[in-house]
Amino acid sequence: MSEQAPQREITNMTPYLSAAIEDEVPGPPLSSSSGSIGDKIYGAITFLASLTIFVIIIWIASSLGWQSLPVFKQFGFSYITGSVWDDGQKQFGILPYIFGTLYSSFIALLIAVPISLGTAIFLSEMAPPWIRTPVTFLVELLAAIPSVVYGLWGIFVLLPFLRQYVMEPIGASPLGKFPLFSGFTAGPSMLAAGVILAIMILPFITAVSRDILRAIPRAQREASYGLGSTKWEAISQVVLPFARSGIIGAVILGLGRAFGETMAVTMVIGNQSPQTPSGVSFSLFEPGYTMSSALANKFTEASAGLNTAALVGIGFILFFVAIIVNILARTLVYYTARDVQGGK
Amino acid sequence: MSTQNLAPETLSHDALSKRDGNLVGRQFKNNLMLGLCIVAAGIGLLSLFLVLYFLASQGLRYMSWNLFTKLPDAVEPKLGGVANSLLGTLLLLLGACLFALPIGILGGIYQLEAKGPFANLVRFMTDVLNGIPSIVIGIFVYAVWVYPVSQSNPGKGFSVFAGAFALGIMMIPLIMRTTEEMLRLVPGTMREASLGLGATRWRTMWSVVLPIAKGGVITGIMLSLARVAGETAPLLFTILGSEFYPSMQPVNFLGMSFSIPVFNEPVDALPLRVYKYASGPDTDQNNQAWATALILISLVLIFSVAARFATKSNIEEK
Repeated sequence: MSEQAPQREITNMTPYLSAAIEDEVPGPPLSSSSGSIGDKIYGAITFLASLTIFVIIIWIASSLGWQSLPVFKQFGFSYITGSVWDDGQKQFGILPYIFGTLYSSFIALLIAVPISLGTAIFLSEMAPPWIRTPVTFLVELLAAIPSVVYGLWGIFVLLPFLRQYVMEPIGASPLGKFPLFSGFTAGPSMLAAGVILAIMILPFITAVSRDILRAIPRAQREASYGLGSTKWEAISQVVLPFARSGIIGAVILGLGRAFGETMAVTMVIGNQSPQTPSGVSFSLFEPGYTMSSALANKFTEASAGLNTAALVGIGFILFFVAIIVNILARTLVYYTARDVQGGK
Repeated sequence: MSTQNLAPETLSHDALSKRDGNLVGRQFKNNLMLGLCIVAAGIGLLSLFLVLYFLASQGLRYMSWNLFTKLPDAVEPKLGGVANSLLGTLLLLLGACLFALPIGILGGIYQLEAKGPFANLVRFMTDVLNGIPSIVIGIFVYAVWVYPVSQSNPGKGFSVFAGAFALGIMMIPLIMRTTEEMLRLVPGTMREASLGLGATRWRTMWSVVLPIAKGGVITGIMLSLARVAGETAPLLFTILGSEFYPSMQPVNFLGMSFSIPVFNEPVDALPLRVYKYASGPDTDQNNQAWATALILISLVLIFSVAARFATKSNIEEK
């Protein structure tokens, strides 16, 4: 037997874990109660309210699909593979935006995953309570800060820092000849977008993985210590494998946030497609666009008709990517939490 | 040791002896990896601390009363304020609550009462809706509301209604999940007692379960408000922004006459104002963006603290 599952607190993270950790309702099976008229109305109203969820999701999918239909009809697949967005010539291709979304999210994960995993392990396995409590609070506080505020910080703190201490020195050194570091050193860039995204998803991945690590029964660790393993061996060979799919789920949830993140990225990425024929550049220092930043920027100057349809099309694609990423991540988190609960 | 016995298990024996024999190496690896975790935590916490530090210091430096009482000043930005944005944000949250609260709480009650695959599907889709990027909600409301309206009567469309609708859609799944969580904490014996006394299901919910879980439900509402109060992306597509107070219209209600803000006109909001001021070239506006951001965060924090407070008092009662 092992200790009880830790006492759950209601936090900003609750919605992300709630599906996983839920107990059966104690109490009688309510469906068998007498069918008074009041109860029938009660059942019907609450049922209708829960149906809203389906109505909203189907409504979003159908209306975005319907409004963007003209652009898919006209350009077909070249809407996704095209690199020119020109309202004057009625050319709409979103390849650079898709690439920007993938590339900036990739940079963000590359930075954020090791740091947040280390932080989560530190918080759940190593830190004494007097560090853990305030740090946990800090992490949750930062998860609640609006993205536009991160963008503000990005413009006035991160960009000058990157320009002065990262981009200009590298640009001036022989490293600047590499394609990875070519281009301007002005500040707004893919790198800046990746870093700000990393800082934003860091509290999120940390909080979810820490919750998962904490949910793993202590007996598992004790058994490993009992066999003579060091602390790191217990963590790496027992705790982490146990939590693996849950942590992958947390990372994918973070990725989902990075994909959809708009304001902070818009404010630091430069909003300008790289000057290559394909509109795609792997240079970290080149400015770029993500799908959501293109939406936010081009929206103000969009004319009615095909241009608006092309913008709604971006939203449509983002919607489906988000649905897929979320279903994947939540399934993973759900099954890990269930296995962990079942294993105690 | 005889080698014959071990022959079939050479591999595991190797692994075992390696593990036992190299104690110094194992301890070194232990210290190294734990050290790396501490370094990672240090880097992570430092960057998070830097975000908070700059927000607090820059925000406090440029904070002033004018921000709360005055309209933006086009000529002398330094003397202007963001009172209209603050009012706009409150109006938007009020509007969002008006339609998200009933749906969210009733849906949460359903998720508590219902069992079976369909109820699980509802829970799952609630979480999925929760994860849809806010900008998608924004472009959705633009596509179904703002765009059609502005095509038929130019100049209309961007409005408090549209913004509140977008924020409300984001609140519904949050409120549903937290409501269900909170109702689930009410001991089953309470419900059994009520049902055993012959009360109907809705009576049990209304007179027994909801009063006990009241604090928790309020917590969920506050957390969802904290989350949507800072949303910018959906507002870009729905409220347009404005430099003035929302216009008022007189209404008569039960013989009393007073004026309420008009809901079908463009309006401003704090996050939109931060975005506008931060991206502009004017230094005074840049500075005000920091102070406005601090006001926005304070608003979010007030909701979060209220949330904790509501749960705490509830638990103490029990």
